[in-house]
Amino acid sequence: MVPSDLRYTKDHEWVRVDGDEATVGITEYAASQLGDIVFVELPDTGRSVAQFAAFGVVESVKAVSDLFAPLSGEVTAANAALAGSPELVNGDPYGEGWMVRLRLAAPDEVEDLLDQAAYDALIAAG
Amino acid sequence: MPYGPHTAGDRERMLAALGIDSVDALFADIPESLRASRLDLPGPEPELELAARLQGLAGRNRTDLASFLGAGVYRHWTPPNVDQLLLRGEWYTAYTPYQPEISQGTLQSIYEYESLLAELVDLDVVSASHYDGAAATAEAGLMTCRATHRDRVLVSKAVHPHYRQALLAYFGHGLELDDIPLVADGDAAGTTDLAALERLLADGERPVAGVIAGQPNFFGLLEPMAEIGRLAHAAGALFVSVIEPVSLAVLAPPGAYGADIAAGEGQPLGIAPQYGGPYLGILASTDALVRQIPGRLVGMTTDVKGRRAYVMTMRAREQDIRRDKAASNICTNQALLALAASIYLATIGPHGLRDVAAQGAARAGRLETALAAVGAARVHPGPYLNEFAVRVPDARTVHRRLIERGVLAGLVLGDIIPDEPSLADALLVCATEVTTDAEIAQFASALATELAGSAMAAGGPATTSASVTVEAAR
Repeated sequence: MVPSDLRYTKDHEWVRVDGDEATVGITEYAASQLGDIVFVELPDTGRSVAQFAAFGVVESVKAVSDLFAPLSGEVTAANAALAGSPELVNGDPYGEGWMVRLRLAAPDEVEDLLDQAAYDALIAAG
Repeated sequence: MPYGPHTAGDRERMLAALGIDSVDALFADIPESLRASRLDLPGPEPELELAARLQGLAGRNRTDLASFLGAGVYRHWTPPNVDQLLLRGEWYTAYTPYQPEISQGTLQSIYEYESLLAELVDLDVVSASHYDGAAATAEAGLMTCRATHRDRVLVSKAVHPHYRQALLAYFGHGLELDDIPLVADGDAAGTTDLAALERLLADGERPVAGVIAGQPNFFGLLEPMAEIGRLAHAAGALFVSVIEPVSLAVLAPPGAYGADIAAGEGQPLGIAPQYGGPYLGILASTDALVRQIPGRLVGMTTDVKGRRAYVMTMRAREQDIRRDKAASNICTNQALLALAASIYLATIGPHGLRDVAAQGAARAGRLETALAAVGAARVHPGPYLNEFAVRVPDARTVHRRLIERGVLAGLVLGDIIPDEPSLADALLVCATEVTTDAEIAQFASALATELAGSAMAAGGPATTSASVTVEAAR
């Protein structure tokens, strides 16, 4: 079961929308599939990202993967703690392991994302 | 294990096991239009005749010339142990195996190469290794784009023309490459124009990812590297230094003047000049760029029992995992040449390398004096290490005639940089520790004869400018 207050992408990012702001990370499922995360490359604040475009990179001991933006917007914050403690993504993916905050350009895009039930079904299907 | 080629019988058995009729079926996935077709190769010849024909072709090489040719590839004395050790069976293949940790010796040799080069360039990370200096420089340019998320690189026109061509070939797909012009005259003639660089960097619409300059530059001149680096960094760009490794024994290394990346040709480190390579591309960077550097990185660690062990590191960035987004592309093929460089450096040592560089500089100084005395003065006034351009009227003809006199008079600059009028009558010449005083005297005397001959042919006065200069020099 994944948190019910979040929305998800098919690429295993989660987003928590709060008005025209949103917080983004990767799901517990993604973190466990990647294994021990050793490096997270995040965008500078002020950069604009488009929905479903790559905005960063997450590197584990066995793979390097792009991070895709669930929603379009401008980066207002990146989680600086991940530079020194990338393992936060494994330990607390929905909390301390958050990656970026966005000021949303098109909040309606949230309709294109998966809800809890749809994401649960996605990972159950493997 | 048999070393001969597969027989027709071998091939038939393999095709039968695969259940196909012909080898062509294995290439069915490649569209016809992309396949190499009709290679115009002659039929087989008897080995004895073929060997004789190849020997005839090899005989056309002139190895008897007194050579003053450098221009990116330099003659040096290589201690005989370098080639001898390379022949050992342990280095039978330069390939890093797909389970690399099983080959601790191979990894240790790469680790030692990276450590030696890191000390030489004074940067944190060295990857092993690239095709040649041109490929390494092009990779450095791409690194600056990946690291800054910008897409425009500035390259000094005094970077080796072949390297600039390689950069152009690698750039495309929306990446831009702009030339930084050179100072036209005065004390800094032939070096990167700092005022022009500042203007190019100031274009707010087109932010610059990286600035590339060479030290020494293609004309052998010393560039104001610290200043170039400062301007690059002030504009948020990275600074790439194109180096010649032997020079680093006497010149400031890239890490000392703020370069983020160093790239260069490793051939001077124990690898003979050979037409078309194989050579050795050096690529190094600061720790901050470790995730952007392509090539093999080997780290030292301890195994479960606490023993020293070598591992491939940052593997997750390589193409077998990261596919089309990999930072790594090639490399295993140059491991043997990286090993040659390591053995050379370990044999000759830091003092030896300093001697090599200093002797080259001293002999180049004597070459300058000897050529000036017969009327071939330097093109640029600035300081150089062991290579410089001289003005010679009708340089192309003189160069050809000097070969008949047993002298390879460097490079005709007009041939490689045809669009620069100031270099139309210029030769780029160099000296290293293997250049002898006798060769310098032979060059000067042959050049004096040629210049006197062409002055006479042109109907000049009986006293030629060359002999006047000789008198003046006395």
